[in-house]
Amino acid sequence: MDSDQDSDQGRDHGRDQGKDTVRDMGMDFASHGLRESATFDRATIHAIQRAAATGVYDIRGWGAKRPLPHFDDLLFLGASMSRYPLEGYRERCDTDVVLGARNAKYPLHLDIPVTIAGMSFGALSANAKEALGRGASAAGTSTTTGDGGMTPEERGQSKHLVYQYLPSRYGMNPDDLRKADAIEVVLGQGAKPGGGGMLLGQKITDRVAGMRTLPVGVDQRSACRHPDWTGPDDLTIKIGELREITDWEKPIYVKVGATRTYYDVKLAVHAGADVVVVDGMQGGTAATQDVFIEHVGIPTLAAIPQAVQALRELGVHREVQLIVSGGVRTGADVAKAIALGADAVAIGTAALIALGDNHPRRDAEYRELGSAAGYFDDFQDGRDPAGISTQDEELAARLDPVEGGRRLANYLRVLTMEAQTLARACGKAHLHHLEPEDLVALTIESAAMARVPLAGTDWIPGASGAAL
Amino acid sequence: MAALTGVEVADLAASTIRDLNQALHAPQPAAAWRVLNPRGAHSVACGLKDEVTVDIEGHVGYYCAGMNQHATVTVHGNAGVGVAENMMSGTVRVRGDASQSAGATAHGGLLVIEGNAAARCGISMKGVDIVVGGNVGHMSAFMGQAGRLVVCGDAGDALGDSLYEARIYVKGTVKSLGADCVEKEMRDEHLVELAELLKAAEFDDDPGDFRRYGSARRLYHFKVDNSTAY
Repeated sequence: MDSDQDSDQGRDHGRDQGKDTVRDMGMDFASHGLRESATFDRATIHAIQRAAATGVYDIRGWGAKRPLPHFDDLLFLGASMSRYPLEGYRERCDTDVVLGARNAKYPLHLDIPVTIAGMSFGALSANAKEALGRGASAAGTSTTTGDGGMTPEERGQSKHLVYQYLPSRYGMNPDDLRKADAIEVVLGQGAKPGGGGMLLGQKITDRVAGMRTLPVGVDQRSACRHPDWTGPDDLTIKIGELREITDWEKPIYVKVGATRTYYDVKLAVHAGADVVVVDGMQGGTAATQDVFIEHVGIPTLAAIPQAVQALRELGVHREVQLIVSGGVRTGADVAKAIALGADAVAIGTAALIALGDNHPRRDAEYRELGSAAGYFDDFQDGRDPAGISTQDEELAARLDPVEGGRRLANYLRVLTMEAQTLARACGKAHLHHLEPEDLVALTIESAAMARVPLAGTDWIPGASGAAL
Repeated sequence: MAALTGVEVADLAASTIRDLNQALHAPQPAAAWRVLNPRGAHSVACGLKDEVTVDIEGHVGYYCAGMNQHATVTVHGNAGVGVAENMMSGTVRVRGDASQSAGATAHGGLLVIEGNAAARCGISMKGVDIVVGGNVGHMSAFMGQAGRLVVCGDAGDALGDSLYEARIYVKGTVKSLGADCVEKEMRDEHLVELAELLKAAEFDDDPGDFRRYGSARRLYHFKVDNSTAY
């Protein structure tokens, strides 16, 4: 022991000799021999200190921030000798999608396969909801309510509006159900499969409280289970009731957070879903425990092949549509999701960024909140300088719904054109003609999850087994 | 409204639930209906939106009178899961017993269960009045947000767990109270509203025999001291 202490002291003395002061080092710690722990990095140290100081877990917005196998790990095999490409600016590459034709009298027919995911009024300002409706309608796609009912702003501005049917049933009423273009029964979301919604008191204003029948200012915790059905057999009966109430007019979606996706999709189809929505763990939230966001669920990339396998085995692939969400950012992501077998994708976080979330011009204000542009995820606090995830009237007024809608429509068009660019390069006259054969993977992990071969090989790890 | 020219009869032994509900949803449905041979069918008379009277002669399955608006629906038998779920207005009466989640998430109207109700009666209730002649099962009024639940018999375990602002009156014993649910003083205004509810339900119980339960409101905000309750 003595000698150990001696040697430690000796090393310290040695390092002290000629050592710069912290002030001299600036930010260049590594070149001065300081190493950050991979296990206890600065964010981890801060989280421990925060927990010790407050005694409560961290609640935040956004989705999983950890690195995950994702669409970036896939590449398209463009046409050359054995495949015939389409002319980029002349030959047609269609993008439309029909959702819910299996049972509904009035299925949705969207111009583009990129929809807006469910986000509540409450989590978002009324202006933000209106902007989402305007942008989606301009681009010919649908938007979705959230855990807080339907507002006149979003119904009025949304050509195609999907009404979510959630465990809390906040604001659920049959008049709105009849006004909806589709109904989405929500079992879970990718940010928190197995958890209910959460809206902290700062955002429970008079209007939000009134819509949800709650006292103003409570920390609202939504139920995580539906109150009047349990399991797939009950869900069959519940879907039957929703069809009866709306006279079999509207498509019924079932949304699940990605976990046991193969089984969940099979059960959803058996229960009668016209459309299945699978939300991977990169999917966002307005408020959830950080531990939940980062440690529950599977990546979007791993969920898609499971869902498609389930649909194929039931003989309903493309008849029951698959909408995939969770980390969709680019037209490449859209094209890859569709190539793996999705019929459409949904965006949430990316749509908010298009509206103005995390914009560098707000950086000074994000810093006042202890964050910075590009890092801001405190959607739960309701103090969003961009006026999106807030109920503060002054902040919300910063978002012009017309201008926000225009930006979102622009972004949706770019996503679509990018996806078309890739599809044409692969020789496809419709985005839905993309197929897994058009893809290879860059990593063993993504090859195994996406079930496409590692680039330059014919190796799909796990393909010979009965992988689920 | 159609003229009162008699009672429409729908025999579910000879026609479908779809036919019945479509007819009830028509722009001007007949004012009075009798439904024969329900035989435990699901979704009987759900989504009604007009001031019609529907008498169902027998037992029904799940979600009878679901999301009811303005209609008066009477089940002359027992009801399955989620009778009058998410009701907005009107009256639903079950002459027999009701299965679990009776009146779940209902926003308004009056639900009367003359027999017993099973677990989760009034779960997530949002303004409905529920009067039960017999007992209710465990977790009744779970997360109840608004409205009144009256139980003339006994209540099971965890009554009013995680309650918001719904008020609960129980005449018999309460096996246990759920998280944040406490017994509260029965003041004059409560005796008055209870008397009105019992009268509306056509029960002759004495309001003075009941006790009142409600939220202690200790879980309205996240506090580390409440960590064991979360």
